[in-house]
Parts: sequence; structure tokens; C-alpha cells
Amino acid sequence: MANIEAAREPCAMANSLEFDLSKDSLRDLNLFLHRDAHRSGVTEVVVNHPDGAHSIACGMNSPTNIQIHGHVGYYVAGMNKHASVTVHGNAGPGAAENMMSGRVHIRGFASTAAGASAHGGLLVIDGDASLRCGISLKGGDIVVGGSVGSFSAFMAQAGRIVICGDAEDALGDSLYEAVIYVRGEVRSLGADARFEPMTDADRKVVAQLLALAGMSFDPAEFKRVASAKSLYHWHADADQEY
Amino acid sequence: MSTPHLEESAGFDRQTIDYIQRASASGLYEIRGLGAKRRVPNFDDLLFLAASLSRYPLEGYRERCSTKTVLGTRFASRPIELAIPITIAGMSFGALSARVKEALGRAATEVGTSTTTGDGGMTSEERDSSKTLVYQCLPSRYGFNPDDVRRADAIEIVIGQGAKPGGGGMLLGQKVNPRVARMRTLPEGVDQRSASRHPDWTGPDDLVIKIKELREITDWEKPIYVKVGATRVFNDVKLAVHAGADVIVVDGMQGGTAATQTVFIEHVGIPTLAALRQAVDALEDLNMRGTVQLVISGGIRSGADVAKALAMGADAVAIGQGVLFSLGCNSDTYISGGEHRSAVEDYARIGAAPGFCHHCHTGKCPVGVTTQDPVLELRLEPAVGAKRLKNYLKTLNMEMTTIARACGKQDVHHLEREDLVALTVEAAAMARLPLAGTSWIPGS
Repeated sequence: MANIEAAREPCAMANSLEFDLSKDSLRDLNLFLHRDAHRSGVTEVVVNHPDGAHSIACGMNSPTNIQIHGHVGYYVAGMNKHASVTVHGNAGPGAAENMMSGRVHIRGFASTAAGASAHGGLLVIDGDASLRCGISLKGGDIVVGGSVGSFSAFMAQAGRIVICGDAEDALGDSLYEAVIYVRGEVRSLGADARFEPMTDADRKVVAQLLALAGMSFDPAEFKRVASAKSLYHWHADADQEY
Repeated sequence: MSTPHLEESAGFDRQTIDYIQRASASGLYEIRGLGAKRRVPNFDDLLFLAASLSRYPLEGYRERCSTKTVLGTRFASRPIELAIPITIAGMSFGALSARVKEALGRAATEVGTSTTTGDGGMTSEERDSSKTLVYQCLPSRYGFNPDDVRRADAIEIVIGQGAKPGGGGMLLGQKVNPRVARMRTLPEGVDQRSASRHPDWTGPDDLVIKIKELREITDWEKPIYVKVGATRVFNDVKLAVHAGADVIVVDGMQGGTAATQTVFIEHVGIPTLAALRQAVDALEDLNMRGTVQLVISGGIRSGADVAKALAMGADAVAIGQGVLFSLGCNSDTYISGGEHRSAVEDYARIGAAPGFCHHCHTGKCPVGVTTQDPVLELRLEPAVGAKRLKNYLKTLNMEMTTIARACGKQDVHHLEREDLVALTVEAAAMARLPLAGTSWIPGS
């Protein structure tokens, strides 16, 4: 990695390093992030000209601050652990998929399956998120400043999703224990999802997540969607719901 | 008194009538474990043409016959090296107990092969006991995490399973105990129905990108397998090659499961024999044989089956049900404290009997193999299970090399289609091998 590090332009900030993906390879970037960033004391990595590249900063396992300036393709910050990744642009499918911890912030819009099967951490999307946002969620938190597409939170098992805009069809289909808070209109709920009364604890959760995301909506405007749990066990009368 | 005239209907026989009446009483389809019970063309329908005057055999007991198998040579910097071409198929912790997973790992390690996780994440027992462990990435992503990705030896993206291609996993509530629930992030006791589609990609174009993501995460070190249930195998294998797989696993319809609908097990997918030939055709069509390795599974039982699979073009096989039978599945006894103890009454309690049991889904396995019950799981002692499985794998290996030597091969991977003939017209058509004693290949 010495040659790669030597080729990097140090940023103005101390312990910061810049990669330019119009010249540097994705492999070199990710290898540096996986093996050398933390060890070498670099605390911030700036990525310029991502130009829609896939898998940028996936597999992170250190508390590195990564700033990506431009639009990214699939799986940015996939399986993230510990790192803080900010995309100053839009993200393709699977942003922060299977995230374990840390924070991923999409300043623009996110495509399909944002935060899919995330076990932990916080995913913030300032704009809209497309289909299946938070699908198979396993404990992470997602805050969407805009609206979400159909089948968002499909089979979400644990974690929380705050939607500041509207939700398209089949929100929360086949939910387990994840909870959705939605501020706008819900075109339709999915199988086994239902509206439930907001409690003080719910409003507190929404306020906390909005604060972490840097958003300032009134928690009182949100509705709670959770599982009716009627599909938790097989029974003959529910067969059409399977 | 004359004998009554009792004529059973072919279409509505007693079994069919029983099915209709059970459906009428319950309003639910049957769920069960293991694989297809119907007879389909299989490796028994092939025969080897060993050496004679036109071929030269190896000395059966003296000359070496290599079984070394390398998987994942296409892109991974650390391919998998195995001593034998017989691997342990993916089976979940949840379907199996942690003690069974440990037994599988110990046996696999002792004979120099790999074992595979399943739809429940990786347990410490199987990682610690397995020298070579393949980590499955399934649609459910239960327990899937980057730490285990990093400590795996290969990643297997599961698209489908031979017992239920197109369907998701299933684990009924009685097996979702606190540990299983915790690993899968599910409520205890829930009837778990896994997704059938991956959450973050759809279709082969996306799969290209997904595989590259996994390669980036693993720094291009670990082989990426793609596993498909056998349906449109020719096309699926080609798409998997294009997607960038190092290894392709094709699971035929005889493959087992811990639980799914009987209608799925018996009526969906194609036989392993037919699937294998389609897979090999696809690789040959792309000139990728030897570059992308092929693992075949689904009803492999004996060394003869393994040898035939290799001769048809597989690089290795994966075994699931055979492994479970080796551990004692469907045996009338289990071994405890070195003694055989009868399990017959426990079979009867769940409406089964040794040799007929497929009640893996109940979690009440009388021999402690497919259970999470804290009492029943003790019936499988990891050391005992590992020894039995090691014996089984060694036996398969000896049978396979016996055949290979008789065919004049110094390496089991030198077995070839020319060494085989078919015993039935159906097998000849599916495997596209000549019917024994003729040069006729149906359709050619």
C-alpha cells in the first residue's frame, strides 16, 4: 500500500486522505479502507468522482469517516461496521445493506433496497427512497426525509424506520418486530401490517431518530405501523395471506 | 363364503384418498422433511464400463488414485483445497442442532473436506470444528454478518434448493428456541417462513454486482459459489458463470430439506441426473469446464454415485441427507454412553417408524439429529457422530477410487462420460449417454 499512499494527496484536514476514482481503482480504495486506514491513523477518507461506482466502502470494519462527493452505484457502505459514510449525492440499490453498526448518510435519493437486512447502525436518506427500503431489516434504524416506494420494510424483523414523507403500496408486508413511523400518506399496508396508536415512548423514539438524522419534524405528526402478528403461526384460515 | 373383490384404483389409491381426507380435515397442506420419495431416474440407472482389453486398469490395492479437489480457481486468490471431492451440503443450525453441526465439522476436517452453514447463520461450534467452512448467503440473511464473512473460507450465494427451487426456507416454531431465535432475530417460537428472493438484488445482472461486492468485502480472497435448485439448469448455470461465480452448485430434486410442503418436494424441479448433464453442457458451451468448478448434490448416497457424478463432469458432490442417515437418522437406535438405545417408541409418538421418518419439521427427532429439544439433542454425541460420518465418507471415497482404478484412472477427476452407459431409456435420454450394449443416445 505504500505506493498508493504516496500517490494520495493529503487533504487540508490532518489525518485525511483523498481518493479520486476517476484515476484510482475501487480495489485500491477498498483495500486501503480495509487494511490500512485505521492502522495508519487516517481518520477521514475523501472520495471524489465516484461516478456511480458500485461497492464503494463496503465491508468497513473501523471507525473511519468517509466522505463521498458525487453519485454512487450499488451497495455503498455494504455490510458497514463502525464507519461513518456520507454520500454527497444519490445512491444506487442496496445502500448500507446488511449494515451492522456505524452511520451511513445519503444526502440525495436512494434507490431500491436501501438498508436491506441491516442489523444495526443508522441509515439516513435526506431525499426519497425507492422500493423495498428497509426490506428484511434486522435491527438497524432508517430515517428517510422523503417518501418510500412499495414493499418498504417487507419482512422487517427488528429495528425502526422513520418515513417523513409518504409510503407507497404494501408498507410493512409480513412484518415481524420492526416498527415503522410514517408522517405522510400510506397508499396501502401489506399483509399483517396495521396502524397502532402512538405512545409517548413512540414519540420519544421518533424525536431521537429525527435528531440523530438532523431533521426537524414534529413527532406528533407520525403514525405507527407494526405487525398484527396474525401470520406468526400457521393456521388454515390465513392461507391466502401466505 | 366367497372372497370379496377388492380392486384399488390406480388414480385414487389408498395413499391419494388419505391425502384428500387429511386435506379436507385440516385445510392445510402437508409439511415434512427430507427429499423426494418418488422414484426418478438417478445414478443407479448408469453403469461403468471398466477396463478390459481396450482399456488398462490400475492395480486396485497398490496404485495411487488421487482424489485431491480444488474449488474456486477462477477469481479467488485462496481457492479451496480438499482431500476428497465429497463435501457436506449446507444445512442450517436450527434445522440441525449445534452438536450435529459440530459433528459435521469434525468429520469433514478429519477427512479433509468442507462443510457448509445454512439458513441460520454460522455457529461457533461449526466454525471451530471445521477447517474449511463455506458460508451461505441466503435470501433470508438470517445471522449473516461481515465478521463471519471474513472468517469463512468461501461464500455460497444460495439462489435455490433442490427440494424447493423457487421457495424460501421454513422452520416451524417448535424448533425456534431462544438461541435459534436470537441468531435469526426472530421471536421465539414463531413459524419462520424465509424469503425466496434476495433482499438487495434481483436477476442475473444484479448478481454480477452482488458477487463483486462480496469480492470487495473479502478482498478477492475467497471463492464465491452460486447454488441453484435444479430447474432450467442450462440457462441458470450460464447466467451464474456470466455473473462471475467461481463455483456453481446444482441441487437436484432429490435434495433434502428440514421442512417444506410435500407438494414442493415431489413436484418441483428436475432429477439430479438430468440437472448434472445440463450443467455440464452449459459449462462446455461456454468453454468454462475446469475454470468454473461444478458441485452436484441431491440424493448422492454411495461411492458409485460420486464416481458417476464425476464421470459425467462434476468436480465434486455435496451430500446432505446421506450425512444425516450416517449420523443415525431413521435408525431404530441412538448411541448414548457407548450403548445403543431404542428410539422406536419415540418414532411411534410422532407417527413415524425407523426407515420411514421424515418428521424433521417437528423438532422431535428420536435420534437427536434434527432437533433443538434440549433432551433429544443429547442423543447425538458429537464425537460419535463425527466418527460415524468419517467412516461413511471414507467408505464413499474407497468405493469411488475402486471404480476409478478399475476404469484405469490415476485421478478420480479423470473419470469421463465415455466410461458410462445407461441402463434405462429415460436415463440415457437425460444423461445423454448410450443405452448399455448399444450406441443409441435418445434424441441424438
